[in-house]
Amino acid sequence: MDALILARMQFAANITFHILFPTISIGLAWLLLFFRWRWLKSRRDDSATQRGGATNTDGWLDAYRFWTKVFALTFALGVVSGITMSFQFGTNWPGFMEKAGNVAGPLLGYEVLTAFFLEAGFLGIMLFGHGRVSESVHFLSTFLVAFGTTLSAFWILALNSWMQTPAGYEIVNGEFHVSSWLAVIFNPSFPYRFSHMLLASALTSAFLLAGLSAWQILCGAAVRSAPLVLRVALTLAAVAIPIQILIGDAHGLNTLKHQPAKIAAIEGAWETQRGAPLLLFAIPDKEQRTNHYEIGLPKLASFILTHDFDGELKGMNAFPDAHPPPLPLFFAFRIMVGTGMLMLAVSWLGLWLYRRVGWRAERLPRALLWGLAVMTFSGWVATVAGWYVTEIGRQPFIIYGLVRTADVVAKVPSSMISVTLALYVVLYLTLIVAYIGVLKYMAQTAE
Amino acid sequence: MNVDTILPVIFMALMGLSMLVYVISDGYDLGVGMLMHRASAAEKDMMVASIGPFWDANETWLVLGIGILLIAFPKAHGLVLGELYLPVTLMLIGLTLRGVAFDFRVKARDSHKQTWDRLFFAGSTVASAAQGWMLGRYVSGFGEGWNYPIFAAAIAVALPMAYALMGATWLIMKTDGELQARAVTWAKIAWAPMVGGLILISMATPWISATVRDRWFALPAAIALFAIPLMTGLIMLALRALLASPLIRGALSWLPFILLIVVFVLGFLGLAYSIYPFVVIDRLTIWQAASSAAALKVILIGVCISLPAIIGYTIYSYRVFRGKAVALSYA
Repeated sequence: MDALILARMQFAANITFHILFPTISIGLAWLLLFFRWRWLKSRRDDSATQRGGATNTDGWLDAYRFWTKVFALTFALGVVSGITMSFQFGTNWPGFMEKAGNVAGPLLGYEVLTAFFLEAGFLGIMLFGHGRVSESVHFLSTFLVAFGTTLSAFWILALNSWMQTPAGYEIVNGEFHVSSWLAVIFNPSFPYRFSHMLLASALTSAFLLAGLSAWQILCGAAVRSAPLVLRVALTLAAVAIPIQILIGDAHGLNTLKHQPAKIAAIEGAWETQRGAPLLLFAIPDKEQRTNHYEIGLPKLASFILTHDFDGELKGMNAFPDAHPPPLPLFFAFRIMVGTGMLMLAVSWLGLWLYRRVGWRAERLPRALLWGLAVMTFSGWVATVAGWYVTEIGRQPFIIYGLVRTADVVAKVPSSMISVTLALYVVLYLTLIVAYIGVLKYMAQTAE
Repeated sequence: MNVDTILPVIFMALMGLSMLVYVISDGYDLGVGMLMHRASAAEKDMMVASIGPFWDANETWLVLGIGILLIAFPKAHGLVLGELYLPVTLMLIGLTLRGVAFDFRVKARDSHKQTWDRLFFAGSTVASAAQGWMLGRYVSGFGEGWNYPIFAAAIAVALPMAYALMGATWLIMKTDGELQARAVTWAKIAWAPMVGGLILISMATPWISATVRDRWFALPAAIALFAIPLMTGLIMLALRALLASPLIRGALSWLPFILLIVVFVLGFLGLAYSIYPFVVIDRLTIWQAASSAAALKVILIGVCISLPAIIGYTIYSYRVFRGKAVALSYA
């Protein structure tokens, strides 16, 4: 295999592994802040009304304690895989920083300086500082960690979106120079991608919380927090998923405007046509430039993307040598949307059923609990599939329309990349298995 | 010198500072990791507790250092990391293993704890040795020839020893009782190899690089520069004397750690003098490798605002967890 494909595979392996953990920690950090707030509030109410015995107060504290441990583990995996990424920019794509360093450098720099340090600096106090600092300093530390994770996403998505829809630059001697930082940061696809990712994080953590709580209830672990957490998680999921679907649709329209070749590949459309069908299934064939085994609904793709049954959609043949490979995009997109629809169904059904049994978790149908447990990591599936759509969809460019990935790749011998790629893949698979295993074990043995 | 030529100097200094803080701060926690296999189960928990609140932030300095190399000197980032491709990979795998083992060991079922402890030790050792090898390759300007790998291999042994000594003195400061007594013994064991490594590197570097030789042995600068090795030697001797004294089990338990930090700072100054103004010795100066002045200015504004805050809350965090380490409990 040539070095370009190997370098891309290695970077993809790393970035895929990395995104799993921030996707959880962004949402989970805010949920922890919520649990802490509920605990403080309910403790205050208890002392005002002189209520004794086991109330929800203990449940909120237990929820904070248990999910803090999950957060610590998740955060650690995010940190170590993030360190790897800061090296791989240089080892895999040296030409990228040489050409676009003036844009990417400050964005990455601000991410480390304003966000990464903030998270890592206050994490110690958030995790272990209870009793050493006042309750308000501890609460502030939890807030700063949550804020840091979100700010981190802001800078990284600004850079990623700039690579998709570059703006605010001029090119002098083949190097990018910034003419407007506002235009660079708030480039055309940034607001869509940023909100899409934050909601993805909310949904991923919501299903993680719901899934593990369902698992705790299923195996009868005496966990006071599980019913509370399940209710919070289902509510969050039920609220977030319709908004996510709307934003996803708006993101798609934005992509159609700025990256029509990506949409053509997602739709599996080769020829430009009016009234394009929505393909439910097909095997796009890059060599023969056609689809096999097509199953489609007439005119629906045109309607979704142009809001007109006879709207014109450009096909991949309109972008010779400048469109992404359709096969991975076609399927990744359908996996993302399919998972989203499943999330919609399960969260609404779950919330309705939970309300109907009077929020008494032990009365919930076991099938629902099993369904939630199976969907514990469904957020990962949708998020990774979505990132594959957006990142593979940018190919063959690294900066859309301007710089080709092949022109910035490192000249490292293929054999060396293969060996290190194998090492990384083994390491990452092992760690994912360990992470899931330990989470399950922690859930069962929690108090 | 106008602003545009001084900007790369400022960023070289910032990168150096980040790397120095990284080597000192991750140095002690990597060192503690390498000493783990010599400790009993209860001591292991206490050792991990002593570094628990800090390690995430410590590793962030590496991201900042590499980040500055990437964003301020993009041409050097590609060159340096291309040359160091394999050791970088090994270091990253080592850092990954130890970072996660640290968290997994207390959360996994008891029968798996020992495996995570072993990975914590192995990851710490691999990462330290890889960093030593990289330092050796970097200092010699990635030279080709039979003697260069030997030089790099020697540093790959010496640097972990220095980290282990750092970790042992950290434990002397942060623990008491039997663990503290054992840490004194570990420090004594690591002292000799670290001194040997220092002597070896000081003698071999001028021999292996003509540029370094010319800088250090040209009169009259040589006389002033002699202060660096002289002070380093005196401090290491003072450290050895301290380790033999009962005082470090009591009021002066912090002193060995602080002395070692001074040694690291001196070594760093010597290294900076050997290399400046190159970012890759004899091949690329900081001005040749730098990003545009406009980009550097934008980053500098962020640095001026955030670095004081980072230093402030780092100090605050160390103050919150000051004194002898106690068993960690969440929330």
